[in-house]
Amino acid sequence: MNDTQYNYKVVRQFAVMTVIWGIVGMLVGVIIAAQLAWPALNFDIPFLTYGRLRPLHTNAVIFAFGGSALFATSYYAVQRTCHTRLFGGPLAAFTFWGWQLIIVLAAVTLPLGYTTGKEYAELEWPVDILIAVVWVAYAIVFFGTLATRKVKHIYVANWFFGAFILTVALLHIVNSIESPAGFLKSYSAYAGVQDAMVQWWYGHNAVGFFLTAGFLGMMYYFVPKQAGRPVYSYRLSIVHFWALIFTYMWAGPHHLHYTALPDWAQSLGMVFSLILLAPSWGGMINGIMTLSGAWHKLRTDPILKFLIVSLSFYGMSTFEGPMMSIKTVNALSHYTDWTVGHVHSGALGWVAMISIGSLYYLIPRLFGRAEMYSVKAITLHFWTTTIGIVLYIASMWIAGVMQGLMWRAVNEDGTLTYTFVESVKATYPYYVIRLTGGVLVLSGMFVMLWNVVKTIGAGKAVEATIPPVSAGSGFDAPAHAH
Amino acid sequence: MDINTIRTSITVLAMIAFLGIVAWAWSSGRRADFDAASRLPLDEDDPSHDAPRENKQ
Repeated sequence: MNDTQYNYKVVRQFAVMTVIWGIVGMLVGVIIAAQLAWPALNFDIPFLTYGRLRPLHTNAVIFAFGGSALFATSYYAVQRTCHTRLFGGPLAAFTFWGWQLIIVLAAVTLPLGYTTGKEYAELEWPVDILIAVVWVAYAIVFFGTLATRKVKHIYVANWFFGAFILTVALLHIVNSIESPAGFLKSYSAYAGVQDAMVQWWYGHNAVGFFLTAGFLGMMYYFVPKQAGRPVYSYRLSIVHFWALIFTYMWAGPHHLHYTALPDWAQSLGMVFSLILLAPSWGGMINGIMTLSGAWHKLRTDPILKFLIVSLSFYGMSTFEGPMMSIKTVNALSHYTDWTVGHVHSGALGWVAMISIGSLYYLIPRLFGRAEMYSVKAITLHFWTTTIGIVLYIASMWIAGVMQGLMWRAVNEDGTLTYTFVESVKATYPYYVIRLTGGVLVLSGMFVMLWNVVKTIGAGKAVEATIPPVSAGSGFDAPAHAH
Repeated sequence: MDINTIRTSITVLAMIAFLGIVAWAWSSGRRADFDAASRLPLDEDDPSHDAPRENKQ
């Protein structure tokens, strides 16, 4: 281990796997979107049925694609803002191989039907234990790097990455407490409404800390880097961080409106979800305004387009989320495809686009190139993704509101106006439009894969020397590649 | 002590802590430190090209 160089190898590994797992996860998403339009596409084969492929899709895009992107960017940003090599020597490599093993185990067990039945926490207990071990190793590497930093201040991106790592450990361990009943079968330690509340405390904070805090860490590092300007307001970033930390934990009950959960808990979840609008928009404004005075760069730089449009989607979905948590709105939206549209506005628009933008920044630097092999291909990727997402979420909004209205429509005598299957039939065209959007997003990922392969082929893996630090934080020492 | 007194106290203390953080972040004495901190990712060059800088204060 060379302590004078950054550990780029693990960053490279995670960055490349992000692209691969992105394609795998989105491909499964396209398949199940097609199955909703044409159910015969499961070919009556058990492991191709919707119920088994859907958790495979969610796990692959969130934990394999999103997770690898978070590992890659957090390892890169924490080293470079702390001026020190990743802590723990081979532990970083262990997190890479351990995480890949977990993904492969998920890809095998979920289609075979092994599941705990908890949304976004479907993996069975042996895999749960492995996740906990790898995650603790991740925490040791990350916080060890912070502890051995050569710079006095801990940059705000690292606060967000750190909160994400710490909270996900807590969420995963508490929600996965279960008693094994055989090698791949277990029962949750919680029962009834408590189980539901623990599950959605986990579920919503997975959104809040895995899919939000982690990617905000990405935003606070890569948006300033690509724009070449410091973050709009550093003090706002501090208030943004603590406001998010203080409020997110309590929003989970909005997933359980009008259930057996006590009414006061539902209202509490709704109020905290509404409060969340403030920190979310504060963060979005802070990210977008970083470009203030340099808006012209958006016209020519497709990487900035990815980053800034991702923040626009973040703003949209964090306005939509609090709105949907209002009980009367939820009465219309819950259990409809509106929820699916909302999730993808966040997951594709925010999470995927900021990851893709960050990767386009990262990959040339990891392979000693000035930029990606084809900048035009990045622009193409940007437009296929943006149009795909708009088709996806617009069709699901219309489908969702239509379903909600059809389900609640009653005749003068109090009978239901529509049968359930009539709402399914009415949704059919929107399922086809959604599939079209998904295919566009997936095809953009193939363009990215081609571009990444070409970039790697034209360059070679580089290691960067850790630049010396001048006293305090105002240092200005150039690094150089070997 | 009644458990609800403890619960209420924690909520109030959390609120005070948050307001304290806001006041601290906006205190004028912090400005120079925050300006330096915000330049942390920019004040080191990447091995490849860096996006052009035009905001050096």
